[in-house]
Amino acid sequence: MVNENLVKDVVKEPYKYGFVTDIETEKIEKGLNEDIIKLISQKKEEPKFLLDFRLKAFKKWQKMKEPDWAALGYKKIDYQDIIYYSAPKQKEKISSLDEVDPKLLETFDKLGIPLTEQKKLTNVAVDAVFDSVSIATTFREELAEHGVIFCSISEAVKNHADLIEKYLGTVVPASDNYFAALNSAVFSDGSFVYIPKGVTCPMDLSSYFRINSGDSGQFERTLIIAEESSSVSYLEGCTAPMFDTNTLHAAVVELIALDDASIKYSTVQNWYAGDEEGIGGIFNFVTKRGKCLGKRSKISWSQVETGSAITWKYPSCLLLGEESVGEFYSVALTNNLQQADTGTKMIHIGPKTKSTIISKGISAGNSKNSYRGLVKMGTKATGSRNYSQCDSMLIGDQASANTFPYIKSQQPNSEIEHEASTCRISEDQLFYLQSRGIEFEEAVSMMVSGFCRDVFNQLPMEFAAEADKLLALKLEGSVG
Amino acid sequence: MQSKMKESDPILEVENLSASTENLPILKGVSFTVYPGEIHAIMGRNGCGKSTLSKIIAGHPSYNITNGDIKFLGENINSLEPEERSQSGIFLGFQYPIEIPGVSNLEFLRVSTNARRKFLNKEELDTFDFEELVKEKLEIVKMDHAFLSRSVNQGFSGGEKKRNEILQMALLEPKIAILDETDSGLDIDALRIVASGIKKITNAHTGIILITHYQRLLDEIKPNYVHVMSDGKIIKTGQSDLALELEEKGYEWTDNFIKET
Repeated sequence: MVNENLVKDVVKEPYKYGFVTDIETEKIEKGLNEDIIKLISQKKEEPKFLLDFRLKAFKKWQKMKEPDWAALGYKKIDYQDIIYYSAPKQKEKISSLDEVDPKLLETFDKLGIPLTEQKKLTNVAVDAVFDSVSIATTFREELAEHGVIFCSISEAVKNHADLIEKYLGTVVPASDNYFAALNSAVFSDGSFVYIPKGVTCPMDLSSYFRINSGDSGQFERTLIIAEESSSVSYLEGCTAPMFDTNTLHAAVVELIALDDASIKYSTVQNWYAGDEEGIGGIFNFVTKRGKCLGKRSKISWSQVETGSAITWKYPSCLLLGEESVGEFYSVALTNNLQQADTGTKMIHIGPKTKSTIISKGISAGNSKNSYRGLVKMGTKATGSRNYSQCDSMLIGDQASANTFPYIKSQQPNSEIEHEASTCRISEDQLFYLQSRGIEFEEAVSMMVSGFCRDVFNQLPMEFAAEADKLLALKLEGSVG
Repeated sequence: MQSKMKESDPILEVENLSASTENLPILKGVSFTVYPGEIHAIMGRNGCGKSTLSKIIAGHPSYNITNGDIKFLGENINSLEPEERSQSGIFLGFQYPIEIPGVSNLEFLRVSTNARRKFLNKEELDTFDFEELVKEKLEIVKMDHAFLSRSVNQGFSGGEKKRNEILQMALLEPKIAILDETDSGLDIDALRIVASGIKKITNAHTGIILITHYQRLLDEIKPNYVHVMSDGKIIKTGQSDLALELEEKGYEWTDNFIKET
C-alpha cells in the first residue's frame, strides 16, 4: 500500500535536543561498590543517616535480581560500566545565577528553559538538573514568601534534613524493586518540594532533567510533600543528546499528600530514543509513587512519554486516606524500535477511595508498546471505585500493542470497571481527511491528537500545547 | 464574448479512463464531460464501478489509473494528491462518511475550509470568524450547532452524516461536487433538506455528479444527463427521462445495451 509507506515516512522523528554541551566535567571512576557510594555521599557532604540509607539500599540491591517480567527485550546492562557521578565543573559556592557557567545557561536556553532573571519563564519556577547536579532553581524568594520550599534535593538534605529523614523512602522503600534500590544507593540530585499547610502554590513548579554525558547514568530523586489543605502542580521535562550507546536513567519520585491536599504531577518525557536501527537511546527505569495519606487527598499523574529506547515506568497511587483520589492519565508514543512497558498501580486501602486510569498507547514503526496496570481493592476499601480505560492505536503494520490489566479485589463492596480498545489509523480515515484538503501529515497528527484528547485535557494548559506540538513533531517527516 | 467562451470550457473531462486495484480492473474506459451548470447522474447496479469512479476522481490511493486521463479545468490531475484536488475545488460526498474519534467536527471543518481558502488566496479564518461562517451554512442543511462540538461523524445517524457532508460542501464551495449515494439512508424529509441544500450551494458555474440508485433524488435535482454504468463502462447516456425509464424497467433492461455494444 502506498499509504502504509507514507505513514512510515511521516512518523520518522527528527530529534532536536540531541546536541552535547562541551563543558568540563568532574566524573568519578566507573563502577559501583561501597567506596563509590561513600564518595558520592562525601562529595555531597551528607549527614550520616543518608549515607546509612544509601549503604543499606546497596546491600539490598546486591541481593536483588533485575526484573524480567516486562514485555521488553534489551542487552544486559553492565552496572560496573557506568559512571555514577558526573557534574559540570563550576565554582564551589554559587550565590546567584550570574555565577552559573554561561554554557550551562545557554544549554537550557536552547532547550527552551531560560533560567536567567531577564528571560526566565513567567509563572513557572524551574529546577534545572544537568547530569548529576541541580544547576539552578528560579523564583525561590517569591516561593519562600508563601512558605513553599523548592530546591534541589541535595540542598534539602543540608537545610531541611528533618523533612528528608522523616519522608525519604517512605513511599518507595529502597527494597521496593531493583531500580529503586539502585537509585536509593546512588542518587545524586533531583528536586524537593514542600508546600505548607493551607497553601496553594502560587505558580507551577517544574524540573528539567538534562543528561549530557554519554557514559554516566542519571539517578535523580524527587520528593514532594503537600501538607494539609495545600495544593501544587508540578511539571517535569527531560531530554538527552544522541549517543550511540545506551544511557541508564533510574529515577525515584515520591509524593506525599496529607488531609485535603492535592498534587498534580505532569511529565513530558522526551529522552533520546535511539536511531531507526535502535542504536543508542536512554534506558528509562523509573519508580514513581504517590501516597494519599490524608483524608480526601488527591494525587494525579499525567504523562506524555515519547522518548527513550526503553521505558519501564508505573506511576502509582497508594490510596490510604478515606475518600482519597488517585488518577493516571498517560500517552505513550513509540516509534522505530522503541519499547515501552508502562502503566500504573492503584492500591485502594482506605474506604471510599476512587481512582481513574486513562491510558493511550500509540505504536508506530517496529515499536512495542504495552500497558501494564494493577488495580487492587484491599479488605478495608469499602465503597471504593475504579474506572480504567486503555486504548491503543497502531500506525503501520509492524508495530505491536499489548494491554496487561491486573485486577485484585478483596472487597466485595467495591467497583472496578475496565475498558480497552485497539484501533488502527485506517487508509479510509486518512483519505477522508485528505479529500477535505487536509495534508497527509496534518491528517495523521490530527487523528493522533484526537486519540489523545482525553489525556491532553488533563495537562496544564501550556504543557498541553507543548505535548500536542511534540507529538506533531514526532510525526513530522519527509513526505513530499 | 470571450468570458462566455471561457464559461463554456468544461469543468471535468474524464477521457477513456481505466483503473484497477490490486491488479483487478475496475474501470474499463469511461468517458464523459461536465460543463458549468450541468448535473450528471450516474446509475447502475452495485459493483458496476460507480463508487470507484468517484473515488478515483477524488484521488483515492488504493486505485491505479492504467489508462486515460482526468482533466479538471483543462489540467490533467491524474497524479495530484487527494488534498490538492480538494483544495482546487473537487468535492466528494462520501456514501459512508468516515468517523474520526477525538477530532472535533468544528476544528475539522475549519482546517478543511482554510485549506481551500488558502488555495483561493482568501484570508484564513480564525475560530471566531469561522463560527460566524459555519452558523450561516448550518442553516442550509438545518443542522443543530451541537453537531460542531462532537467528534467528526462519530455517533451521527445515517442522515446526520449525510447532512454533515453537505455542510462540508457548503463550506468548501467546490467547482464540482461528486455525491456518492448521498440519498441512501435518508427519509423523505431529510432527502428534501439535502436536495434543497445542494441546489442552494450550486449554480451556473459549478457542476454536479450524482451517483444514485433511485429516482427520488433525481425528482428533486433534475439531471441534464444520465449515464448508465455496467462492468466498468458507461453503456448508455441519455437525458433525465432515461432515469425514469430505468426506474420502470429495471437494470435487466440495460443488459440489452451491453449486447448491442
